[in-house]
Amino acid sequence: MKLDSMYQEVILDHYKHPHGRGLRDGDAEVHHVNPTCGDEITLRVRYEGDTIRDVSYEGQGCSISQASASVLNDLLVGKELSEARKIQESFLELMQSRGRLEPDDTMEDLLEDAVAFAGVSKYPARVKCALLSWMAWKDATAQAFGEAEAATQALGDPPTKETTP
Amino acid sequence: MTASPQLSGLLDTDAIRKDFPILDRLVHEEHKLVYLDNAATSQKPTQVLDALSGYYERHNANVHRGVHVLAEEATALYEGARDKVAAFINAPSRDEVIFTKNASESLNLVANMLGWADEPYRVERDTEIVITEMEHHSNIVPWQLLSQRTGAKLKWFGLTDDGRLDLTGTEQLITEKTKVVSLTLVSNIMGTFNPIESIVRRAQEVGALVVIDASQAAPHMALDVQALQADFVAFTGHKMCGPTGIGVLWGRQELLNDLPPFLGGGEMIETVTMNSSTYAPAPHKFEAGTPPIAQAVGLGAAVDYLTAIGMDRIQEHEHALTEYAVGRLQDIPGLRIIGPPTAEDRGATISFTLGDIHPHDVGQVLDEQGVAVRVGHHCARPVCLRYGIPATTRASFYLYSTPAEVDALADGLEHVRNFFA
Repeated sequence: MKLDSMYQEVILDHYKHPHGRGLRDGDAEVHHVNPTCGDEITLRVRYEGDTIRDVSYEGQGCSISQASASVLNDLLVGKELSEARKIQESFLELMQSRGRLEPDDTMEDLLEDAVAFAGVSKYPARVKCALLSWMAWKDATAQAFGEAEAATQALGDPPTKETTP
Repeated sequence: MTASPQLSGLLDTDAIRKDFPILDRLVHEEHKLVYLDNAATSQKPTQVLDALSGYYERHNANVHRGVHVLAEEATALYEGARDKVAAFINAPSRDEVIFTKNASESLNLVANMLGWADEPYRVERDTEIVITEMEHHSNIVPWQLLSQRTGAKLKWFGLTDDGRLDLTGTEQLITEKTKVVSLTLVSNIMGTFNPIESIVRRAQEVGALVVIDASQAAPHMALDVQALQADFVAFTGHKMCGPTGIGVLWGRQELLNDLPPFLGGGEMIETVTMNSSTYAPAPHKFEAGTPPIAQAVGLGAAVDYLTAIGMDRIQEHEHALTEYAVGRLQDIPGLRIIGPPTAEDRGATISFTLGDIHPHDVGQVLDEQGVAVRVGHHCARPVCLRYGIPATTRASFYLYSTPAEVDALADGLEHVRNFFA
């Protein structure tokens, strides 16, 4: 059945037994919704320097959105931010491929369980479900670092302007 | 598969389905389409499709201008559609039927008329607007906008646990301060028929206008605007076998005379100078710009089609199907109907949840079997909040729906349960 390409065993496993679910301490929290279907997620990130120490989340939604958040937690926790960004961009590329992208070895190594979502990209209505937690993570990360930068600036010396004679 | 029962009161769906070529379509290669998303939009019979193409092939011109043959024919067809709609809803006068692009535009039009109106209709600070918790977003957001812009207070009727309006506080809700009460005749998410009479009576006592959203009523039952005793009635064409892009606002003549226009432009004027303009009488006062002419003609054909079958017969058919569907659905373990649990005082739109399985997943697995339902909050998110659920799966039937399609839904839901077990 064609449906099996979307509901891969690994996706249903993550849906039934989500990894890292529940809200824990974080540096930033965001709440994202998918207005067309009512999927919601609250997500927190905790960083230590550039290392992701935790991504915790709570939400309600379909199997695809919930499994995707679980896979995200598996993949990103412990990673450096630059590596995590690479993973996120690769996942986005896969999800926007409309089923036309066959993941190669490099992509499989990078995305691990997340390559199972390749089948979802054939269903335009469901792509947003798969991306919900990833967009939330991106937003939370921007906030965590945005605030950190703002705090550094507030504490440090005001930037000096060089005047040329 | 269960053998479908013989239900009494059904229409001859074998004959009716011949008018709807799309219903013969196969989806996902091998499955017969089971179209149960009629509350979102209905399918269109060939009679309507032929009216649309016939108009464009033979009569296309702009209306109410030009003296050539085509202009006169197009005008006659467009205005003829207005006559048909007026008769369909038992309007006292054809001039009370305003064509819009959909029910949302109709409701926004009323809200804006009342925002710009003079006394005694003007909605402003220290006045109140009353709606209900089961409205479609199109009958919530225009009133929120009006409330925010004017300072008027927005209030609403709550819901009972079985999906009906909670009328206990009607006299506290609708008061001397109330300028307008706007509510749906039939819920688009739960199928509930609302008891309009007592609300209309209370509104009349305090001098408030009554607006009725009949989008989910007009396709399914005889609609009589005089019997409703409302001031405005809004509905859309595409849910009643008509094309998209055409809606209706019916309003009482003296109100339409008194209330100001909202959109300005061609068609709606009498004379224009650089300093000011005077306006055409209703309905043209509210139809600025070139109207959706072909779509109005298509709606006229839809009205003819429904009238020939008979609105009472359609309602009887849907009631029989609803009774059967409610029974079959309630036999499915873990299925919870959101809304009235029986077929009494409700239409053939049934929302439900299935255990912990998210409606998106329910809808996807049903679709794979050819069964088209709607999933989500159905533009009535407050209803989902009220019942503590993120979304529902909604099956909605129409005049061409059959008991076999109810069975396909029920069998499909069993398959969904097994898939996610």
